Amino acid sequence: MTHGSRLRVPGLTRVEGEGGLELVVSDGRVTEAKLDIYEPPRFFEALLRGRRYTEPPDITARICGICPVAYQMSACAAIEDACGVRVPDDIRALRRLLYCGEWMESHALHVYLLHAPDFLGYESGIHLARDHPDIVTRGLRLKKAGNHLMEVVGGRCVHPVNVKVGGFYRAPAASDLRALVPELEQARRDAEETVAWVGAFAFPDFGRDYEFVSLRHTGEYPITSGRIVSSGGLDIPPATYDRHFTEFQVPHSTALHSVLDGNTYLTGPMARYSLNSGLLPDEVAAAARAAGLGGSCTNPFRSIVVRSVELLYACAEALRLIRAYQPPDPPAVDFWPRAATGYGCTEAPRGLLYHRYTITADGTVADAKIVPPTSQNQRAIEADLRDFAAARLGLPPDRLTAECERAVRSYDPCISCAAHFLDLEVRGT
Amino acid sequence: MRLVIGVGNSDRGDDAAGLAVARRIRTAAPHGVTVREVDGDQLALLEAWDDTDDVHVVDAVCSGGRPGTVHRLDAAQPLGVCFTHRGTHTFSLADVIELARALDRLPAHLVCHGIEGTAFELGAPLSQETEAAVRLVTAEILRELREVAG
Repeated sequence: MTHGSRLRVPGLTRVEGEGGLELVVSDGRVTEAKLDIYEPPRFFEALLRGRRYTEPPDITARICGICPVAYQMSACAAIEDACGVRVPDDIRALRRLLYCGEWMESHALHVYLLHAPDFLGYESGIHLARDHPDIVTRGLRLKKAGNHLMEVVGGRCVHPVNVKVGGFYRAPAASDLRALVPELEQARRDAEETVAWVGAFAFPDFGRDYEFVSLRHTGEYPITSGRIVSSGGLDIPPATYDRHFTEFQVPHSTALHSVLDGNTYLTGPMARYSLNSGLLPDEVAAAARAAGLGGSCTNPFRSIVVRSVELLYACAEALRLIRAYQPPDPPAVDFWPRAATGYGCTEAPRGLLYHRYTITADGTVADAKIVPPTSQNQRAIEADLRDFAAARLGLPPDRLTAECERAVRSYDPCISCAAHFLDLEVRGT
Repeated sequence: MRLVIGVGNSDRGDDAAGLAVARRIRTAAPHGVTVREVDGDQLALLEAWDDTDDVHVVDAVCSGGRPGTVHRLDAAQPLGVCFTHRGTHTFSLADVIELARALDRLPAHLVCHGIEGTAFELGAPLSQETEAAVRLVTAEILRELREVAG
C-alpha cells in the first residue's frame, strides 16, 4: 500500500445514504482522498420554485427522515425573515422543544447503533445488542423518548405535520407535554449514563486544527437561531452567509462542496460545543468534564462524547421548556407575503443548516437555496482522511478500509441530505 | 393479542403494498385483531409488537423477482436478503427483526409477507401486479386470522 496503489470502499455502512471513498497513494503518501457521493441529485431547490411561500417547511422536511425538523425550522426562519415576521417567545420556545426531540432521536441513534460498535469491536448495533442488550435497550429508550416528544409537539415522529410558517397549526395541551416528564426524567438519567459510558472509550490520538462554524445565541446553547460564528473570528447574521460561504461542484461528488472565505471548515456537534460550551448548564458541563472533555473538542473520534453531551443537554432543555410551557395563543402568527429575500439558519443534529428563499409579492417562491451540514463538511472529512490514512498505509487493505469507514462515521454524515456518499478506493501511480 | 402491521410509504407506488394490505384487513378482521401501519422509522416495529404473540408484517420487497411475487417467511429464522437493504440511518425489516431477536423482543410467532414491487416512483399508484398480490396476501392473512378465531 506504500507504492502506487488504490484503495476503494464501494459502499460505506452505518452512514446515511450512498457513497464511497477513494484513496490515491503515491510513493507512500496519500495524494488524494475523495468522498465519492454518487447518490443521485434530488433537485429540491428547483422544485421549490413556483410553490407557495407556505410550502417549503413541509416540502423540505422530506429531504431527510432523521432531521426533518431542522429543515422545517430553517425554512420557517428564512420565509419569516423575508416577510418581516418575528414570532413571539412562546412559539419560539415550542419550536426549540420540538427540535430537542429531534436531537435526542438523532443523537441516540448515532451514538448507540451506528458509532459505539466501532469502539467496542462490533460489526453493528445488532451484534452489540447480542452481547449487551441492556446498553442497547438504554439507547432505544432514549430514542423513543425523543420520538414521543416529536409526536406530541409535531403530530408524528417522522416528518412532523404540525409546523407552519409563523408557528404551529395547533399548540399541544400543557397536560400532554407534562405527561412526558417521567419519560424525559428517565431519558436524562439514561443520557447521563451515556456520557459516562462513551467517555471511557479508547480514542485514537487524532487532534485537528479545524475552523469551526456554528450558530451562537446570547444566553442559550444554539439550536433554533443565532449569529453565524467561527473559531477564526467570523461573526455574521444569516443574511450575509452568501458573502462568505461559497458552494462549488467537484467531479467525484453529487454533493456540492463549501468553503468559508476560501477555506475548509467544519460544522456540527464538535463546532457547536467548541464555540458554545460555556453556555451549557452547570450539570451538563460537569458531565462533559467528567467524561474528559475540555472547553473544546478537536478529535473527531471524540465526537461521540460531544454528541452524548448534547443528548443530555437536549433532555435537560426539554424538561426546562415543558415546565415553563403555556400553550401559545394563537399558535401561529398571521402575516402576508411580500417581495423579498429571507435567510434562515438553525442547528440540525449534524450542524448548520442554511436556507434562503426569494418570494414574490403574491407569495410565490422565485428562488431557493439549501446548504445542509454534510455538504459543508465534505472538504474537512477528505482532509482528515488524507492524514488519517497516511499514518495507516502499512495496514492490510481490509483493516485500512475498516479504519477509514470508522473515521468517516465520526462525522455522522447524512449523504441523502447532502446529495447532492462510501465505497473506499485506494489508487496509485 | 394478534397484530397485523403494514409497512411502507403511501407516496411511492408499490412501496405502499404493505399499507394497502393493512387497510383492507382493518375493515374485515375478526374481533381481537389489531392493525397498525408503520410508514417511517422501522425501529417503531419493536414497540408495535411488544407484548404480542402472533404477528403478521407485510412489506414491499425489491429482490429482483417477478413483480407481484409473494414471499412468506417465518422470522424464527433470519429473513435473508429480500427484506434487507443497505443499512444507513434507517433499519430494514430484517435488521429490526435481528435486533429484536438479540433483545429478546421477538414475538413468539412472526410471519413476514413480502410483495415484490416493480414501480416505486413518487405519487405512482400500485402496479397491476402488486395490486393482485395485495388481494392475495389480504385474503391469506384474513383466512388465517379467521381460522384461529374459530
